[in-house]
Amino acid sequence: MSSTAAAAELAVQAKQAALYRSEGYWAGVWKRLRRDPVTIVCALILLAMLVVIVFAPLFAPHDPYQGSMIRRLRPIGTENYPLGTDELGRDMLSRLIYGGRLSWFMGILPVALAFVIGTTLGVTAGFVGGKVNMLIMRVTDVFYAFPSVLLAVAISGALGAGILNAILALTLVFIPPIIRVAESVTTGVRNLDFVDAARASGASALTIVRVHVLGNVLGPIFIYATSLISVCMILASGLSFLGLGTRPPEPEWGLMLNTLRTAIYVQPWVAVLPGACIFVTSICFNLVSDGLRQAMDVKG
Amino acid sequence: MFFYLVRRVLYAIPIALAVGFVCFMLVQIAPGDPINAIVPPDAPQEVVEQVRRDYGLDQPLPVQFGLWLWKVVQGDLGRSLATGRPVWSDLSSAIANTLTLAAMASLIGFVLGCLLGGLAGTYRGSLIDRVAVTSAVAGVSVPHYWLGMVLVVIFSVQLNLLPAMGAGPGGSADWAWDWEHFQHLILPAATLSVIPMGIVTRTVRGIVAEIMNQEFVTALRGKGLTSRGVFLHVVKNASPNVIAVMGLQLGYLMGGSILVETVFSWPGTGLLLNSAIFQRDLPVLQGTILVLAMFFVALNLVVDLVQTALDPRIKRA
Repeated sequence: MSSTAAAAELAVQAKQAALYRSEGYWAGVWKRLRRDPVTIVCALILLAMLVVIVFAPLFAPHDPYQGSMIRRLRPIGTENYPLGTDELGRDMLSRLIYGGRLSWFMGILPVALAFVIGTTLGVTAGFVGGKVNMLIMRVTDVFYAFPSVLLAVAISGALGAGILNAILALTLVFIPPIIRVAESVTTGVRNLDFVDAARASGASALTIVRVHVLGNVLGPIFIYATSLISVCMILASGLSFLGLGTRPPEPEWGLMLNTLRTAIYVQPWVAVLPGACIFVTSICFNLVSDGLRQAMDVKG
Repeated sequence: MFFYLVRRVLYAIPIALAVGFVCFMLVQIAPGDPINAIVPPDAPQEVVEQVRRDYGLDQPLPVQFGLWLWKVVQGDLGRSLATGRPVWSDLSSAIANTLTLAAMASLIGFVLGCLLGGLAGTYRGSLIDRVAVTSAVAGVSVPHYWLGMVLVVIFSVQLNLLPAMGAGPGGSADWAWDWEHFQHLILPAATLSVIPMGIVTRTVRGIVAEIMNQEFVTALRGKGLTSRGVFLHVVKNASPNVIAVMGLQLGYLMGGSILVETVFSWPGTGLLLNSAIFQRDLPVLQGTILVLAMFFVALNLVVDLVQTALDPRIKRA
């Protein structure tokens, strides 16, 4: 082998080493994500939806509350009303755009709240162990004994209709599963050598949790929480569909499905539009969550 | 095995008690005086006080819970505010109807899920695998109450093939096993089956793929076992976990059918809950949720026991 070939070989190795050095964890995640067209497309769809609903007044052609008795239940493709009108003659497109605001809000907020509360309780249970663990986990077991839809309906049914009650009910539904995941990953991390090393070096429990535990458990818990958003959105719209969440005339996809239910014999394809919005959003959140899970290399 | 059984059954008792406590608290967290859940709002003051004493509502909360629990254990779930009938009388027929619907939906969902998931797990990366993965994601992402509406639009409104409402001819609430009634079951059961279908497909695919990667499968193939023989080994290894997932799904369907029952006016527990919520009929709400949750607790217990019987390795401490 000539010396130039060997030098070239070394150069390539050095270059690869440099590449590896420069590539942190997040760079690797991003690299894997870029090769996953499904996740990218779904993320872009969600982003586009987010922009449209945040800047709803710019995109909605009509006032979502302004109805008219003479143009009720127009079909899809009507002039000026591309997606038709609802049972009170309000523009469907505008209502779908404005309706996304509440549907997204109620799909994400309960999961975010449950993420904060559930992670706190779960990490505490996992890290402290012993009696604290017993107490937190046994209470969690009780809430696990209810199917999630039933628990949400039970709590918001007892509290009565309203957005706040629905958010409270949904938050309570999602806290126990997040506690379970947080507890199990924390228990796994707690027994690793670097935690023992930190403890031996005199770090306080709070420091260990903040520096060594959270960094290792937040990723998996976060991924799990993102997979709950789609469930939460379906449940939240379901509560509104039952008349338990949002109240008329507020536009919200689940409530719109409910009020348009009687119209399926007149304008079936207009009546099912809000559900299609829920479906697209929910499937995109699910696929993005799956993609993130793979890209971030989280097991379970 | 015997000790495991006893321990597991004993463990279910505190859970059942706590579930009962949550159901009891439902009426307590409801806005307003819980007495309003028992007497009509226009009752005279003396009657209200009388009922308050009779029901022990002037007692401290733990005593009230004890009294309530004692009645529940005896099968007394109270009386409906709307109809005045005992809660149990409406509930028992509703439960039978929900069970029929959930059983039918699970049957469809489990068969399709095992088939798709098994094929997908065996032939990873093939066309059938992609179909299975896609339909599994769609199945868990679809708002099933909306899917119900779409099916009604297609099969009832456009094609006029199947009835959209009720459990029998003329929207009657009585169920019977004949074709007239069976027609009414098809759409709601198909709608409800997409969730277990998605989840079972996903589970079976994962489990089968994992088993197929294990060395014993290669060894079985190497010794010349037919593919049918290998299949039986895979089934045996996959069944404990798959059965556990299916059992839980049946429970979720029992509790989660409220939305689908509302869409199709199916006379089950979901429709009962829905009308109880609308009329603020708290005794019916409480009783229905209690019975459904207890069913779920019992199902969890049975699933655990069956799983352990099938695979003694998971006899947990």
